[in-house]
Amino acid sequence: MNLQELIKLENHIAELKEMSTNHHLDLTEVLNNLEQKANEIRNHLNENMKVWDKIKLCRIQQRPTTLDYIHHIFEDFIELHGDRLYGDDPALVSGIAIFDGMPITVLGNQKGKNTKDNIYRRFGMSQPEGYRKALRIMQQANKFNRPIVTFINTPGAFPGREAEERGQSVAIASNLREMASFEVPIICIVIGEGGSGGALALGIGNRIFMLENTFYSVISPEGAAALLWKDATQAKRAAEALKITAKDLMKLGVIDEVIKEPVGGAHNDLLLQSQYIKQTLRKALQELGHLDKGIIRQQRYDKFRKIGEYMDEILG
Amino acid sequence: MNIYPLKREKKDLNSFTCKSCGETYDEFLMKKEWNVCPKCQYHYPVTAYDRILMITDSGSFSEFDKCLTSVDPLNFPEYKDKLISDKKNTSLNDGVITGEAFIGGYPVVIGVMDSRFRMGSMGSAVGEKITRSIEESLKTRKPLILFSASGGARMQEGILSLMQMAKTSAALEQLNHEKILFVSVLTNPTMGGVSASFASLGDINIAEPQALIGFAGKRIIEQTIREELPENFQTSEFLLEHGQLDMVVKRSELKQALSIILKIHHLNFRECL
Ligand SMILES: [Zn+2]
Repeated sequence: MNLQELIKLENHIAELKEMSTNHHLDLTEVLNNLEQKANEIRNHLNENMKVWDKIKLCRIQQRPTTLDYIHHIFEDFIELHGDRLYGDDPALVSGIAIFDGMPITVLGNQKGKNTKDNIYRRFGMSQPEGYRKALRIMQQANKFNRPIVTFINTPGAFPGREAEERGQSVAIASNLREMASFEVPIICIVIGEGGSGGALALGIGNRIFMLENTFYSVISPEGAAALLWKDATQAKRAAEALKITAKDLMKLGVIDEVIKEPVGGAHNDLLLQSQYIKQTLRKALQELGHLDKGIIRQQRYDKFRKIGEYMDEILG
Repeated sequence: MNIYPLKREKKDLNSFTCKSCGETYDEFLMKKEWNVCPKCQYHYPVTAYDRILMITDSGSFSEFDKCLTSVDPLNFPEYKDKLISDKKNTSLNDGVITGEAFIGGYPVVIGVMDSRFRMGSMGSAVGEKITRSIEESLKTRKPLILFSASGGARMQEGILSLMQMAKTSAALEQLNHEKILFVSVLTNPTMGGVSASFASLGDINIAEPQALIGFAGKRIIEQTIREELPENFQTSEFLLEHGQLDMVVKRSELKQALSIILKIHHLNFRECL
């Protein structure tokens, strides 16, 4: 089973569909069988992707960004800028919009669409201003009772002198604490790289989802390899060891659901990927929207409270 | 509350030369674009009533406190005369017009400053009218939209003017506490005591392009630090880059932007489930 086979099959299905509408033929059963077979191949292909393939896929230039999803999933998006303190960080975008008639606050790490844009967006790595803008916009969402959706896609918080001078740690830490306090639903979706604290600063949600080929890690595989084995080329090995794929995090009980990707990755079919995200979002908002404010907050606390594996040694 | 029919002033139309790009054309063209240069898009000031015409739904505006006006509490040299001449020249009673209206079908309380009256400076009357509009917003829970255009606090009323900064900001604290939306629109110029009080406290801060916005005047800063400041210093674009503004919106797109913000704000997500 390989990609060529799948493409052939998909073309065949499309032809049959056209035929059935043009000639009013009922081909439902045949089509269902073929669709099922196509799905099996898709799953097989996706499941057999190695961790490193997934990491590479998350980092390719064509990978859809936060703004791509915002424009495909929401209506009437108005981007809001600035931390009201020092700057406006282009590595993090935020604003208000409408989803299914619902008012939503949406934000996320923003990578560039090309090299020039990537330099402007600092490859999706935020300064403290980015996290402070996110906090300001989320506080406003809480004030006006709007659910929050965050898209996570960052190699990590920006490592730099100015970032330290202006309090990168305090900025991230404040988000972790404040997000825990909000009484509106927070839904977080990892759409690419989930790089450490810089990702977690948008990640304190009632629901945390990951696209199928994404990863979420305490440190980048390269970083881990350099620290553990003094050899960045061992990144592949580190990636395996760290257990960072969506499936791994599901097993570890850290995330709620894996959102499937179109075969070959999200960039192959942005529309379809947006549909998948919409379905998941709709379901989560329905579930959470019916909870009382206090319960929304408590539910989020309980979710993080129970994470961790340990044992008590019984002392004789 | 009275409803005033709004008519655009008809004046002799002369030719107009843009101080920004140097182009000369019929003044009518400028008026048509709400005082935005058709060539270089420089945004010239507009009068408060023109602003209301441009932003609110036709015929929906009804004015508050039209007769509220300044007195001369400190007996300040020449102040009385200046008030009289500004009143005569502008047909306004002070530097801000307040009232209620609809924008894109949504009800709002709105205040618009007019920089022709004492540079739009804030004395007791302006502070009182702004505060009353905030209180009206508190009472009716309608979103508040304030357009600022001001040189700052009004010197001629001394400490009373300074205290209007405190009064308006304290009223906005109540609005914030009651979770009522406040959108501040900063227009050219918004300086000193107005910039350092209500105009900066919007849930959403919007500015028109190239507006001068800041606390201290550029010249004072240059004299103090003995350095030349960049060309775009204290412009809207400068402020956006430095995190102080949510958006910079062209005059021609302002009503649309406000309408969408109000639309999103009016939706209740629990009712959409
Ligand atoms: Zn011009």
